[in-house]
Amino acid sequence: MKADPIGVLTGAHYLDGDFACGEGAMAAGCRFVAGYPITPSTEVVERISRRFPTMGGTFIQMEDELASMAAVVGGSWTGTKSMTVTSGPGFSLMMENIGLAAMMETPCVVVNVQRGGPSTGLPTMVGQADVMQARWGSHGDYEIIAMSPQSPQEAFDLTIEAFNLSEIYRVPVMFLMDEIVGHMTERVVIPPADEIEVVPRALTGKTPEEFEPYQINGKPTPEFARAGDGYRFHTTGLTHDERGYPEMSVECQERCVRRLLEKITDNADRIVRFEEEATDDAEVVVVTYGITARVARLAIDMARRRGVKVGSVRLIVIWPFAEKLIRELAGKVRALVVPEINYGQLVLEVERCAAGKCAVLPVSHGGGSVHDPAVIAEVIVKAAAEAA
Amino acid sequence: MSKDKVGTRTDFPPTPPEFLPEQQPDHPVTPYLRMERIPHVWCPGCGIGTVVKCFATALERSGADLDKVSVVSGIGCSGRAAGYLKLDGFHTTHGRAIPFATGLKLGRPELEVAVFSGDGDLSGIGGNHFIHAARRNMDLLVILINNFIYGMTGGQNAPTTPLTAKSSTMPFGNFEAPFNIPHLAASCGAPYVARWTCLHIRRLTWAMEEALDRKGFRLIEVIAPCPTLYSRLNKLGTGLNGMRFYHDNAEIRHGADTRELDIDFQKSITCGKFVDEERPTFLDQMNEHYGQVLGEKYVPMSPEGGWLHG
Ligand SMILES: Cc1ncc(C[n+]2csc(CCOP(=O)(O)OP(=O)(O)O)c2C)c(N)n1
Ligand code: SF4
Ligand SMILES: [Mg+2]
Repeated sequence: MKADPIGVLTGAHYLDGDFACGEGAMAAGCRFVAGYPITPSTEVVERISRRFPTMGGTFIQMEDELASMAAVVGGSWTGTKSMTVTSGPGFSLMMENIGLAAMMETPCVVVNVQRGGPSTGLPTMVGQADVMQARWGSHGDYEIIAMSPQSPQEAFDLTIEAFNLSEIYRVPVMFLMDEIVGHMTERVVIPPADEIEVVPRALTGKTPEEFEPYQINGKPTPEFARAGDGYRFHTTGLTHDERGYPEMSVECQERCVRRLLEKITDNADRIVRFEEEATDDAEVVVVTYGITARVARLAIDMARRRGVKVGSVRLIVIWPFAEKLIRELAGKVRALVVPEINYGQLVLEVERCAAGKCAVLPVSHGGGSVHDPAVIAEVIVKAAAEAA
Repeated sequence: MSKDKVGTRTDFPPTPPEFLPEQQPDHPVTPYLRMERIPHVWCPGCGIGTVVKCFATALERSGADLDKVSVVSGIGCSGRAAGYLKLDGFHTTHGRAIPFATGLKLGRPELEVAVFSGDGDLSGIGGNHFIHAARRNMDLLVILINNFIYGMTGGQNAPTTPLTAKSSTMPFGNFEAPFNIPHLAASCGAPYVARWTCLHIRRLTWAMEEALDRKGFRLIEVIAPCPTLYSRLNKLGTGLNGMRFYHDNAEIRHGADTRELDIDFQKSITCGKFVDEERPTFLDQMNEHYGQVLGEKYVPMSPEGGWLHG
């Protein structure tokens, strides 16, 4: 369906990534946000708290991030699209209830504007080191979806996409921004509401007598009943059967948890999104995401001027991982170069998928700034020379 | 089991009447329970089931539209209550029932949201949420079962364990001062605060019914025996001994100063309704404030929730 115009600020704006993300959420139909202030993410909720009262939305500043995430899961069970926003330390506090959202199959969006860590780290400066935490930061096995925008425009566009994916797959979607994308101001074009496709909460058509909250009937996800519609359903963070009742057995664990994984892994091809450039005859391909993709572009130009055939892949969806793409590339190129603002996280996945078929070279950076493009260029040139 | 404390009764435990399954008369609260989940997990003599029964009776008498009532529990023996009530029920994470319930209430303001959980869950790990929800006067009915212990995990010390009482992690007796739960709620602004034991079936049911008719952060503390752990570690006998103790030691003082509601080990337990006032809730205040400041520009969330109709 089309977006509700009341939440869509159609026009061309000059916005930072945080504001753009907030606008994206409102355009997507988000009407409940619970959060706790933390740099560099706070502007998202500042934007929302100013605009929500004019569109039937409620923002609440909770007492901490544990509460924020729990409130978002509760909010979503009313059918109201819900989101929380945070950064490193707050993301850590949210983990247990992100697991609850995954286990209860609750659509919601968790925005993490990444800063340097660990611990309090670099509160006002950039990092990309929460990539692994976004995937498996809560205990137990589960799958989520994670996306990473490279610009304020994309922060707007992809936030809508994040909500849509969370509805389709009934998962928490991790929206991994970073401090630079969050704080950089650029032109953001917000289209008219009737050009924005949003996925509404698909409510079950079954009667309360027929309805079971975790019955999938051959589909990837079960049908949804919201609190207050007379279904009188039960849901729990315990391992549960189709009725949503706890069942402590090996069989039920296998059924319940395997489905949480497979609804994502079986649909990875539909979820995965990336941009590919000049990979056809490339000797070296740079694999990036978020702000680092923009820095890598300069590095690629430098390397090209030095005669190297370089292509690039920008991952827009980080999890599920673009496994097929990386496997194919690894069979064609000499090296994959992976710059990220951490000491080597996503590069581990790249390495796993390359499976020894080509060299995989991390370009790590501890955080606080983006890479010097010359450093990335150097690795590209060297990779091409060594492989030749 | 110390039989002498049970009194002169010789038919203990009482023999249940024999019925064929189809003859089994329905318990009056059967329609409010998920009977397919019975037998429940609670131990014989545990006080939690009684509180569930009182709540079901109160719901029936209140005339509330049960389709619009949600119940939220955290984790613990008490936290299993959400799983047995035939309502929209949410069994969440340890300590987070109140913020989860806050999300439900704000996401669909027409809901009546009840939180049903333990002393450890609500005043220990979830203590921060408890005080803030009371401060905001969030529209939640909170039923806190105080068995003075962490039951589910095997009898560890709780923030409510009375001084000198034994727990598995205070094997030599507790030396930490416990919370006075009604005082905690009242000092944070809760407009309805009561305490009963699970022996006070009629009064407890009535308090729940009354609280369902009020708005804002309503706290009912229910003192309940945990014969398996608290009573055993402290050599207090069976659940029935617990009831006898309440019978002999509960003192009803409505309107008592909440500062005087500390519970000492095996001393008297003051029960009653301590606070019953009208105060604007979080939503009342938000709606009024935005209405004043923003005038016609203010669009409150629809009572049905802020969802997009598909
Ligand atoms: C985050 C977390 N920490 C610890 C636990 C283990 N745990 C489960 S129930 C419980 C205590 C419950 O005590 P209380 O709330 O008083 O409930 P009771 O069992 O006494 O009714 C604890 C510590 C948990 N489930 N989650
Ligand atoms: S352990 Fe204690 S609180 Fe838990 S069910 Fe048994 S008697 Fe009740
Ligand atoms: Mg307890």
